[in-house]
Amino acid sequence: MAVGERVFMARGIRKNTGARLFIQTVLARAYPRVIGQQREKSWVFFDIALPMIAVSSYVFVYRAIGAPDDYVGFVVMGGAMTAFWLNVLWSMSSQLYWEKETGNLGLYIMAPNSLMAILLGMALGGMLATTMRALVITVLGSWFFDVNFVVTSYFQLFAVFMLTMVALYGMGMMFASLFLLLSREAWHWSNLAQEPVYLASGFYFPIKSFNFWIAAGASIIPLTLGMDAMRQLVFETGPTLGFASVPLEIGVLTGLAVLFLVGARWLLRYMERLAIREGRITESRR
Amino acid sequence: MAASETIANAGRPVARFWHSFRTAAWLGWQIESNWTDLLVFAIYSIIKPLASSAILVVMYAIITGGNFESPVFPYIYLGNAFYQYVGAIMAGISWAVIEDREHYRTLKYIYVAPLNIPSYLLGRGIARFLTGTISVAVVVLTGVLFLKVPVDPALVNWPLFLVSLLIGVIMLAMMGLILAGITLLIANHVWFLGEGVAGALYLFSGAIFPLEVLPAWLRPVGFAMPITYWLELIRRSLVGQVAEAFPTLAGFSSGELLAILAGMTVLFGTASIFIFRRCDHLARERGMIDMTTNY
Repeated sequence: MAVGERVFMARGIRKNTGARLFIQTVLARAYPRVIGQQREKSWVFFDIALPMIAVSSYVFVYRAIGAPDDYVGFVVMGGAMTAFWLNVLWSMSSQLYWEKETGNLGLYIMAPNSLMAILLGMALGGMLATTMRALVITVLGSWFFDVNFVVTSYFQLFAVFMLTMVALYGMGMMFASLFLLLSREAWHWSNLAQEPVYLASGFYFPIKSFNFWIAAGASIIPLTLGMDAMRQLVFETGPTLGFASVPLEIGVLTGLAVLFLVGARWLLRYMERLAIREGRITESRR
Repeated sequence: MAASETIANAGRPVARFWHSFRTAAWLGWQIESNWTDLLVFAIYSIIKPLASSAILVVMYAIITGGNFESPVFPYIYLGNAFYQYVGAIMAGISWAVIEDREHYRTLKYIYVAPLNIPSYLLGRGIARFLTGTISVAVVVLTGVLFLKVPVDPALVNWPLFLVSLLIGVIMLAMMGLILAGITLLIANHVWFLGEGVAGALYLFSGAIFPLEVLPAWLRPVGFAMPITYWLELIRRSLVGQVAEAFPTLAGFSSGELLAILAGMTVLFGTASIFIFRRCDHLARERGMIDMTTNY
């Protein structure tokens, strides 16, 4: 028995391994995401105020050109969902880059836990904290702009939302491993992935407006089909503007969720080895 | 441009201002562009503004069935295109404080160097002005070539355009300096400041919709913003007959609008000098010049 283990036993501390350690790591990494973000009140304000400003601008554009009322609802929903995309971009994908910059990444790799569990913790914590913000944006947006929701199936709505989140954060975990190799350019790539994704995924308009192949290509981003399905389920005119049927979109989202989670696990292992071999773990090129 | 030049400039404020500005502009350009090769940088600089404009184009096309000949379309399109200068210059100058203090951690060295700090920050905004100009040009050109935006070089009022653009850029730089001063006094999450102000101005300045669409109680906010008058002048100089179709500022002649814009620029310019000086003083007193938070 190693000295460290004897010390743990003497102090009555149980040393977790395997699945228990995995879960412990997930919870430990999720904790600061949920608690820490709520403690920083200014962050909460800006996370809600900035999307609300964008939502208001697009709502007034639709009003200026005489769009039907449901389009205002589309914008409010899109604005709420930007919170998730921004969270995935800046707090998932580029997180390992930030950790590298602040010197934590080496500690993560050295610690006897799974990097996958750390990413999963980040995803769960981020998802929970961001859901609260998205909810506030939806409530405020609906209140300010008098949006009417006509929910046709709560069960399908819940299924679509959960599948979208799993697939989206799975994608974020996959990107995180890719960002492990990046330095200064990480910030720029995250910055670049905002407006083009808002456009391609139809954050502010129905994705059906695009050519079939463009919409199909954009469906690789889980929010594209997720928002399309949710719009069909909560707005009166939604079904007429849907890109594909809701059951089909649920099926594709399930496939994407599995694909991204498996892909994240594989890529993370590969990239971690590559980053260690190339000496990128502790590299900091500002 | 070496130590000898810096020492020689020590007693000459104008030379020192210019020297700081020039050096900061060069540094800003390096920071903005040298993280990748020129081709990737060019693509990066163009994709984001084009995508941002395309969102509005698609929204407009869906609702109007692609009626790009309506005067509303050039109003929205050009307003959005030129609004990029606001984010680039105003937010860019305040961003220099965040980068130098939090990221590169060099702000304290810049303060002890023989530099004029406001001119240094204004110089850092130049790089963003240059990339912003490329973006604006590409977006406007795309609109003219593919979306029937009626900008005819032969009909453009070039003197009005150039004078408005120049005053507007100075006005945005002065507003950027105010934001930079406030940024010096805030430690956490300061990056939201530039974004927040740029976003709010986007909403209230009538950049992408006429001010009449706003609720009546919010319109005065738009009328108090110099950007509202600047964008109107830019539209009038590029597509006069289209811009005049909207009632918002129809009661003002272009000369009157130019006078309002110039007056507001002087006002903001004067305010920026005093506000930055005060913020700078407070930041030094509170020990915030080298404060880092790792956020």
